Amino acid sequence: MSGYSITEPSNRQKWVAGTLVILYAVITMIPLAWISITGFKSPADSISYPPKVIFEPSLEGYVNLFTTRTRVSKEDLETLPPPANFAEEIVRERGMVIVGPSKFGERFLNSVIIGFGSTFLSIVLGTLAAYAFSRFRIPLADDLLFFILSTRMMPPIAVAIPIFLMYRKLGLSDTHLGMILLYTAVNISLAVWLLKGFIDEIPREYEEAALIDGYTRFQAFYKVVLPQAATGIASTAIFCLIFAWNEYAFAVLLTSGTAQTAPPFIPTIIGIGGLDWPAVAAGATIFLLPVMVFTILLRKHLLRGITFGAVRK
Amino acid sequence: MLRSSGSGSGRLQFCQKAITMADTPIDNAAKATPPGVARKIRGLSDRAIAWIFVGPTIFLLLAINIFPLIWTINLSFTNFKANRPNRDVEYIGFRNYERILTDSDIWLTMQATAHFLFWTIFFQVLIGFTLAWLINRKFKGNDLWTTIIVLPMMLSPAVVGNFWTFLYQPQIGLFNYIVTFFTGADPSSFEMLGSVSLAPWSIVIVDTWMWTPFVMLICLAGLRSIPDYIYEAAAIDRASKLRQFFTITVPMVLPFLMLAVLFRGIENFKMFDLVVQLTGGGPGSVTEVTSINLKREAFEKWRTGYASAYAIILFVTVFGLASIYVKALNKVKER
Repeated sequence: MSGYSITEPSNRQKWVAGTLVILYAVITMIPLAWISITGFKSPADSISYPPKVIFEPSLEGYVNLFTTRTRVSKEDLETLPPPANFAEEIVRERGMVIVGPSKFGERFLNSVIIGFGSTFLSIVLGTLAAYAFSRFRIPLADDLLFFILSTRMMPPIAVAIPIFLMYRKLGLSDTHLGMILLYTAVNISLAVWLLKGFIDEIPREYEEAALIDGYTRFQAFYKVVLPQAATGIASTAIFCLIFAWNEYAFAVLLTSGTAQTAPPFIPTIIGIGGLDWPAVAAGATIFLLPVMVFTILLRKHLLRGITFGAVRK
Repeated sequence: MLRSSGSGSGRLQFCQKAITMADTPIDNAAKATPPGVARKIRGLSDRAIAWIFVGPTIFLLLAINIFPLIWTINLSFTNFKANRPNRDVEYIGFRNYERILTDSDIWLTMQATAHFLFWTIFFQVLIGFTLAWLINRKFKGNDLWTTIIVLPMMLSPAVVGNFWTFLYQPQIGLFNYIVTFFTGADPSSFEMLGSVSLAPWSIVIVDTWMWTPFVMLICLAGLRSIPDYIYEAAAIDRASKLRQFFTITVPMVLPFLMLAVLFRGIENFKMFDLVVQLTGGGPGSVTEVTSINLKREAFEKWRTGYASAYAIILFVTVFGLASIYVKALNKVKER
């Protein structure tokens, strides 16, 4: 801003505002910071009073998260060969041995498969539909778009009742395919609405020029429109991914084993090995970190994504 | 329901049930293609392409949203129990609906939901607007801090809610420790999640922590959409800062704020994961919001017919309230 402006806040105002906002940001980060540091505490440190901010870091939480262990007697422990790696060393100190990997890896992998699978499908279907809604006259387009959005207003539990029965009949319960289809159906409303907004912003003249040059509609679509919409598609994809990643209600009702994702699993860690908060915190950290990174990458389109394109910055 | 137009800073436009797509400047510009060219590139094949493009989406939604919805409506008139699929299903008319609407427990559930909705929206609007207003003072580094503040909103409510139960632990929890630090109360003297009077507030606190940034972001877009010259004109007219705030800032941000409230209202009416993890509806049933109640009926008591009727009632309620609200929103917008 050049020159004096009466709408520009004074330096003191800025200073006060900045201090208050930073104070809020710090307070808001405390729970997240606490999750990540608890992951590096020993179980005893994690439940000490007063809560410990300074402690001896330990990887026990992470080791416990990824392994299942069993207690063995001292004599048996002494007969074992020396620990092969740091994980075994930590577990042996507690008088236990590692008997195998825990289910966390599997559940995390399920989250990845279902998250990426449903994101891919929503983006493919959503881009096509959004392009059609943006460029062609579709009878009842307004009603269709509203219908697509209104599916988001149902409480997930209400939708889950018939889905549960339907999946039981079709053999889709607790399968990756079932969850991918379900999350795609939920995400498609977001994808269509967001992508339509992004494609609306691409001038139609580009495609028309391409069509006159002899491109077919399909060629114009994937050679002209798609590259232009790349940023929009990428940010929409991240929004879909975050939704599928975080989803809990459907996951807890429709999956129990093979296709269970991480959100319903992480809270159950607490019941497996006693009050093992470091392991929960380690799982939560690994699970939440990618979303935080994506949020930072997305910050320019965040508002648009969370309001279904109703507010653009 | 709502859509925006233009790519200007923070503009938004709401539509009534029928979305008037052709009114946006972009669509108008796009339709201005010369007719000769249009005929050449449109034609019949375009219509085919349009349906090929939209078809799969519509099909998926029909299969996974509409068909189940119709099934739910059908089930809501029966006494079907999903854990006994082989039992004969009887059609019992509106008896499920009657039972729900006259059940006093459901009204308690509604009260718990209303408490949760009212206070979360109240705090989120209050704090969210204040933060947005402060950030709009354009101090150095405001973008960075905004990004940090926004983080909790994008995280998994189930995982975060689960972790908050740790922070809320009576003796060892960080939350209790901090409260103790500032008030001097004994950290084991109060249980946020276990006590009937505090549990409803414990979920309000976590929801407010998570979703205040959402309201903040939308308010910030509203504040940034107000052009400087309006304030300049007001200043020339010697309007006081306070008067400028109430006659310019508030009315111009109001539609944005109302939009934020709409989103939060719908989302919190559906709220499930956070509350399940924090209190599971307890202690007793003081925090048993509708989603949890519905889950109990459908997947624990297996009263599928009854729960279906319940689901339909909830859907009609949300849909009805949202439609009325959007009408009000449009009125504010038109002013």
